[in-house]
Amino acid sequence: MNRTTLLPRISDKIEVGMAWLLGFLWIAPLLYVFWAAFRQPAVALTLNPFQGWTFDHVESVWNAAPFDRYFMNTVILVSSLVVVQLILGVLAAYALARYTFPGRDIVFAFVLLQLMIFPEILLTENYRLVSNLGLQDTIPGIAIPYAASAFCIFLLRQQFKTVPSELVEAAEIEGASRLETLWKVYVPIARPTIVAFGLVSISFHWNNFLWPLVITRSPESRPITVGIVRFLSPETGIDFASLTAGTVIVVAPLLALFLLTQRQFIQSFMRSGIK
Amino acid sequence: MATIQERPPGEAAEEVLPTFSRPRQGPLHHLRRIPNPVFAWLLMVPSLLFLGGFTVFPAISALWSSLQEPGIDGGIGPAYYEQMMGDAVFRRSLINNLLFSFITVPVSIAVAMLMAVLVNKKLRGRGLLRLAYFTPAMLPVVAAAAIWLFFYQPNFGALNTIARWLGFEGQNWLGNPSTVLPALMVMMIWHQAGLFMLFYLAGLQLISPELDEASQLEGAGRWYHFRRVTFPLLMPTTLFTSIVGLANSFKQVDFIFVTTQGGPNNASNMLLYYIWQTTFPQRRPEYAAAITVVLVLILIVLALIQIRLFERRIHYR
Repeated sequence: MNRTTLLPRISDKIEVGMAWLLGFLWIAPLLYVFWAAFRQPAVALTLNPFQGWTFDHVESVWNAAPFDRYFMNTVILVSSLVVVQLILGVLAAYALARYTFPGRDIVFAFVLLQLMIFPEILLTENYRLVSNLGLQDTIPGIAIPYAASAFCIFLLRQQFKTVPSELVEAAEIEGASRLETLWKVYVPIARPTIVAFGLVSISFHWNNFLWPLVITRSPESRPITVGIVRFLSPETGIDFASLTAGTVIVVAPLLALFLLTQRQFIQSFMRSGIK
Repeated sequence: MATIQERPPGEAAEEVLPTFSRPRQGPLHHLRRIPNPVFAWLLMVPSLLFLGGFTVFPAISALWSSLQEPGIDGGIGPAYYEQMMGDAVFRRSLINNLLFSFITVPVSIAVAMLMAVLVNKKLRGRGLLRLAYFTPAMLPVVAAAAIWLFFYQPNFGALNTIARWLGFEGQNWLGNPSTVLPALMVMMIWHQAGLFMLFYLAGLQLISPELDEASQLEGAGRWYHFRRVTFPLLMPTTLFTSIVGLANSFKQVDFIFVTTQGGPNNASNMLLYYIWQTTFPQRRPEYAAAITVVLVLILIVLALIQIRLFERRIHYR
């Protein structure tokens, strides 16, 4: 058992060093942007922390567009979408996991196929479709193609498969209906997966850009990612102050939320069916 | 049923029979008469309606529009596909997209696996490191792209500043056709490796610690243990991660809007961005439909390969 030779200790040190080097590489770009966003232009590229701090960039970018509106649109979009996705996903996953019915395997293969084919891939046709529904330039128009999530159905189906049949039979004998069984047996067992999917979906739709860009035209319906892009895009020549300040504005709320909940976030992710 | 048989018969009758004799009359009690297969289909219908409505239906309608011949009463024909064969921008975008996918996905997976293995052990500052790895994945792609835009600038970008300190010559990273795609790949790997790391951390939780102890007793080295034990046991995670990564690499073209607009000279154009270009700025929806059909076919082939792998994995269990 006495294997404390020199070699393992050196390799331990190398591993720790590698971990910290990677950590530095991964976080440095973000830290630098936060640093640069609050610096006066003259000192933006120097590393002296004692002078030249300013809120001007963030303030002028904030005042240049209705960001409060953009943020509110994003919050409404993301929260209602996640609720709808979970309701539809729970029902479909329950059907797929619990019952054998004619066509089930085909339906499941169809769901797996949707893991690859997203609504924005078909943006030309979906643009026409959503416009014909009269939803162009509205928040429901951004949300509707994503109302049913194949990812959600797939994850929950895998999780529901692990529910012990004894529990289900016990519930049935108690007189629970099929929907009651779903609500009282399946959903509580799948809670970590539901939370993890909710978090993934929130961050996905908070960050989504292409489809909202296509389907919206006015600030009344635009989410934050679309609203910010004109400050981030190089078309008008690079203005670093606005670029970094704009990045900070769009990133800060989600980052703050994540930092506050990161322990639970990572834990629920690790306990969920996502693996 | 096992739980009931274990009980003494009298007790079971007391507990079970009364609830049987008076089923609850909730507002939805008529649902009870529906047979199981029909009930299951009813549960599926809303999801299938939305899934089909915004993927299958538009895919068919894309196929239909792409087969229209140009002109007022052109009829049906492969004219747009012939046009595509001769379109250098389409070919460039296709090659770029495949290169981008088949490099960024495996490299991100390798980096993520390394990160996960490093921070799965007891280590000082482990929480902090996990946070550092994962934080970039929380950012919108447009914001990640803006950050790297800031780094890649030829004049006073951070990367060139560092290069000059070290005595190298600066590059116009995003303005040079030969460096633009690798530069964007680096950005993408930085952005998604942390998310993949989370998948791997979840996968590592399922590996029993006894295997680790067994390897130590046998005197197996770290690398040997990783290669023969950890890596094979992480295969299901790798499969899942590669699905997510591949799908993302075809649909996430947001960064092109912020960084290069597909330039210089289409050196960083990709299929979905080109579809957007032909649909909106160029107003050629039928041609865009033809490219969409090709993209969907690529994705279906990739999905079918993955479903096959999945089936094998399920048999494996």
